[in-house]
Amino acid sequence: MISYYALIGAVEQGFVYGIMVLGVYLTFRILDFPDLTVDGSLPLGAAISAVAITHGINPFLSLFLAMGGGFLAGVVTGILNTKLKILHLLASILTMISLYSINIRIMSGPNVSLLGAKTVLDPLIELGFPGYLAAPILFGVLATFLTVIIILFLYTEIGQAMLATGDNPKMVISQGVNTDNIIILGVGLSNGLVALSGGLIAQNQGAADVNMGVGTIVAGLASVIVGETILGDKSIPQACFAVLIGSIVYRLAIALALGLKIGSFSFAPSDLNLITAILVVLALIAPKLKKKF
Amino acid sequence: MIILKNISKYFNKGSVNQVLALNNINLQIKKGDFITVIGSNGAGKSTLLNCLAGSFLPSHGQILFNQQDITNWPEYKRAKFVGRVFQDPLLGTCASMSIEQNMALALRRGKTRTLALGVTSKDRVIFKELLAKLGLSLENRLADKVGLLSGGQRQALTMLMATMVRPEILLLDEHTAALDPKTAQHILRLTEEIVNEQHLTTLMVTHNMHQAIQLGNRLIMLHRGEVIFDIHGEEKYKLTVQELLSRFYELRGEEFSSDKMLLI
Repeated sequence: MISYYALIGAVEQGFVYGIMVLGVYLTFRILDFPDLTVDGSLPLGAAISAVAITHGINPFLSLFLAMGGGFLAGVVTGILNTKLKILHLLASILTMISLYSINIRIMSGPNVSLLGAKTVLDPLIELGFPGYLAAPILFGVLATFLTVIIILFLYTEIGQAMLATGDNPKMVISQGVNTDNIIILGVGLSNGLVALSGGLIAQNQGAADVNMGVGTIVAGLASVIVGETILGDKSIPQACFAVLIGSIVYRLAIALALGLKIGSFSFAPSDLNLITAILVVLALIAPKLKKKF
Repeated sequence: MIILKNISKYFNKGSVNQVLALNNINLQIKKGDFITVIGSNGAGKSTLLNCLAGSFLPSHGQILFNQQDITNWPEYKRAKFVGRVFQDPLLGTCASMSIEQNMALALRRGKTRTLALGVTSKDRVIFKELLAKLGLSLENRLADKVGLLSGGQRQALTMLMATMVRPEILLLDEHTAALDPKTAQHILRLTEEIVNEQHLTTLMVTHNMHQAIQLGNRLIMLHRGEVIFDIHGEEKYKLTVQELLSRFYELRGEEFSSDKMLLI
């Protein structure tokens, strides 16, 4: 099975990527907007945060900058889709591809190292928490806090309009809601969360890399689907916590798979995307298969 | 007062599939008018309603609302004074949201949405009162998802939602056509009640000639995107189906018999 440290590591990853998963949940489930921008906005957040820190900006503040950058990236996708009438998938791919170039510009290269730099984990470590516990605790508190914030948001007037926009745009327009603005806001918020997640990941692993976002959307979808399947999505609070826990379950499953040995065969970390994609396909067709048999 | 001036609407303009859905429509809708709109398939009834609601903009012409030119206003902006009920009972409500959440969306029609609570306890009092009037026992099911309701219940709810904030004009697009006869009758009675109670200016598209004659103070018939018949007041009350048909042949002298509308 897996060691205690691997378990802690998976929980830590689950929480920090869980913030990204919440973002994917907002677009994919609430707005019914498959948003591939996240593959670019995760490294964007990492790049902004890392560059800001190496320029002497407070690591906490750097995360706000990262969120702002992610929000803007989402807004661009939203505008491409609503105002310029580009298909949502294509709009998000265009932003994602542009972000590859932009991220390299921001970092003046393909990566930035944060070795020895100050991070948001320092205060916890100074308080006496061991390094391997500081990250899961901080990420856990933050992810839970953000989940609560999102749940509260979805019960506000704007949040309700967002839910309705994903469900029945024709109805919500006839109730006087500008769905274009709601979509732009929603995709922006989602990518703000994803970029925050990226910033935290960079600080945690000590580097930002332009390729760290590859497969983000697939991992996000897998976590959303796994969470909803295991814990249900009957109400908004249930669904939001389900996808956060889905993220942890997903990372645990990955850790298990990576530790697996069948004869001389074992999975390499580069097999992750394939495994995840297959997992998502299975999860997506499962309801249809159930009906057939 | 709503004035349509020389409204034309082309679909697929410039292509081989070009259709002239509305042809130079001139219409004055007076405050308090309850207009029933009839016409064969493709006559332009729904296009007329959609033009008023702003679902698309007319190719030519002008729409004046109380002397204000709203021709280029997008649909969500016009929603401030337009209440709508669609033919499909599923279109007027959000299935995944609760009854009270749907009603709260409607209660804030025309207002800027904020980060205030989506459904307040004050709202619930209003909703219970309104739902009790329907007689469908929905007042005890505020937290139930709308997806659990029947088509008739959803259409009744949509009727309430469209008129909760008093609309300057109520647009009903064959809103009973997808229901069974008994439920349709119920929704129709509800429509009459609400319209009379609030003195709403109403435009109701229907395929049913009896309905068109029974309800409202004015009747217009559309054919190939034109108003071919506009009758109101005393004359409208005396109108019979036979008369309506003969008037139609008189005006057009065209073959019309194959049409569904004549099956009544």
